[in-house]
Amino acid sequence: MSDILVHIELTRSGHVGAAARGLLAAAARLGTPIALTVSDVPLATEAVARLGELGAVRVHAVTSDATQAILATPLVDALGAAVAAYAPAAVLLSGSADGREAAGRLAVRAGGVLLADVVDVAAHDGQIIAEHSVFGGSFTVHAVADGGLPIITVRQGAIDEQAPAAIPELLKADMPAPPGNQAAVLSFSPAPETSARPELRGAATVVSGGRGIGSEANFALVEQLADALGGAVGASRAAVDAGYIAQTAQVGQTGVTVAPQLYIALGISGAIQHRAGMQSSKTIVAINQDEDAPIFEVADLGIVGDVFTVVPQVIELLKNRT
Amino acid sequence: MKIAVLIKQVPDTWEERRIDAATGLLDRAANDPVVDEITERALELALTVKDRDKSTEIVVVTMGPGEATKAVRKALSMGADSGIHILDDSLAGADLLLTASNLAAALRDIGADLFIAGNESTDGRAGMVPAMVAEHLGLPMLGSLVSAEIGSGKASGERQTEAGSQMVEAALPAMLTITERFPEARFPNFKGIMGAKRKPVATVPARGATPASRSRVLDVTERPPRSAGRKLIDDGSAAAGLVDFLAAQRLI
Repeated sequence: MSDILVHIELTRSGHVGAAARGLLAAAARLGTPIALTVSDVPLATEAVARLGELGAVRVHAVTSDATQAILATPLVDALGAAVAAYAPAAVLLSGSADGREAAGRLAVRAGGVLLADVVDVAAHDGQIIAEHSVFGGSFTVHAVADGGLPIITVRQGAIDEQAPAAIPELLKADMPAPPGNQAAVLSFSPAPETSARPELRGAATVVSGGRGIGSEANFALVEQLADALGGAVGASRAAVDAGYIAQTAQVGQTGVTVAPQLYIALGISGAIQHRAGMQSSKTIVAINQDEDAPIFEVADLGIVGDVFTVVPQVIELLKNRT
Repeated sequence: MKIAVLIKQVPDTWEERRIDAATGLLDRAANDPVVDEITERALELALTVKDRDKSTEIVVVTMGPGEATKAVRKALSMGADSGIHILDDSLAGADLLLTASNLAAALRDIGADLFIAGNESTDGRAGMVPAMVAEHLGLPMLGSLVSAEIGSGKASGERQTEAGSQMVEAALPAMLTITERFPEARFPNFKGIMGAKRKPVATVPARGATPASRSRVLDVTERPPRSAGRKLIDDGSAAAGLVDFLAAQRLI
């Protein structure tokens, strides 16, 4: 079977990042997964073992002093060298900010073909087929790379699978710091821990609030219902623009696209901009005071009523059930 | 300082957008084209530099069909000084590599100190073209910025990633990509609209190398439209109705 090179993002403390599981599972469907890591200190034994659990047949651990201090280029150099060494059938990366920059640069450098923001992959007659979900899930598009190395970025949270475990072979390499004018990292502050709530991307349940929530303080109600259901918190662009919640929670054409089992929209009118980011959800529930709100056109259950009356009752009823 | 801003004409995200199932390409007739808002915000960042230093020259660059010239004109009416429109039938349906190669070819010789783009367009959403152009031009990139400071010989800013935020810096020339956290763009005023008519727009053909390989669409499937389900008017029992519904669907 041909090699599939998978870039594994590590956390700042050197642990295997959350995207690794889905990426390695996707790679295992296409060939032999080779995990590439780039870090400033040698990869920890636990991280190697974890990558094996997730299906990596080989771990190609690159050490580069410049990793923390220089953006993108050390990773692109490492990917370029690994592509030359393995001649893989495809390269897989996370659709993260770092993954996207590295993929774009690698494609220019190595002459590959980009398949971006992919939600699924399959091998068919020796060809790798990428599935894209376009315009908020309104269209499903299948595409292939004609005549070049497919460089695939996988949408975060899209592939929820785990490959069979392997005992990985470890190969270590060193990479010199890249020369020339580079983008330097001066300092880093980790993202604040967002309690025990699941990540918006890939969450089974999402509770979102819109302009109808009215204020930043009132947004606590959205969070309470999310917590009662063990779900993630989202928001419409209107709520983000109004400053009720951080932009990272934005669901919509600009922002995160979600497709949970259950999506609950509170005080969201349902402009196309928002619907484009959530209309692939399995079940949609909407609560809105405006009977004519467009969100009701896509809701499996719509409740015309006051969010501040109905939601506290729902939370109370959910409590009583357990 | 000379700043090049990459702008893109896209279908309006506030309308239903379509893909032509036969060609696998965007159905441009289905929507009103607009300037992608993120690229207007990128232009706004360049304009704030010009507000402080009138000697700043701003060139907007776009690639697209004939009607994309409207996007260039709008940018000029907002305050950009000149435009480059890459217009070539051979570029219809260009993939990321062909797009980046042609943008880079048009940008290579203009001698810009700074290149600014949006982090991703609202139609393609790949979020890669700026990085690819930067690679073609041998530039460092400060991507996914939530704030930026532009000095004479360097640019810096706060970069937001999934893991946290970084303070990043690069000597110029460099590529910057900005996120929606940047301020909204200004509206063109009457003087700007009148002045835009006299500003130069160069229409140039495809000059980038055509990559040996490309991505190809196999098929396009439209998801059946969603239909509305049950609607309850809250008379005090809607909360119970909702919980019963969730229980029946085995969602709780």
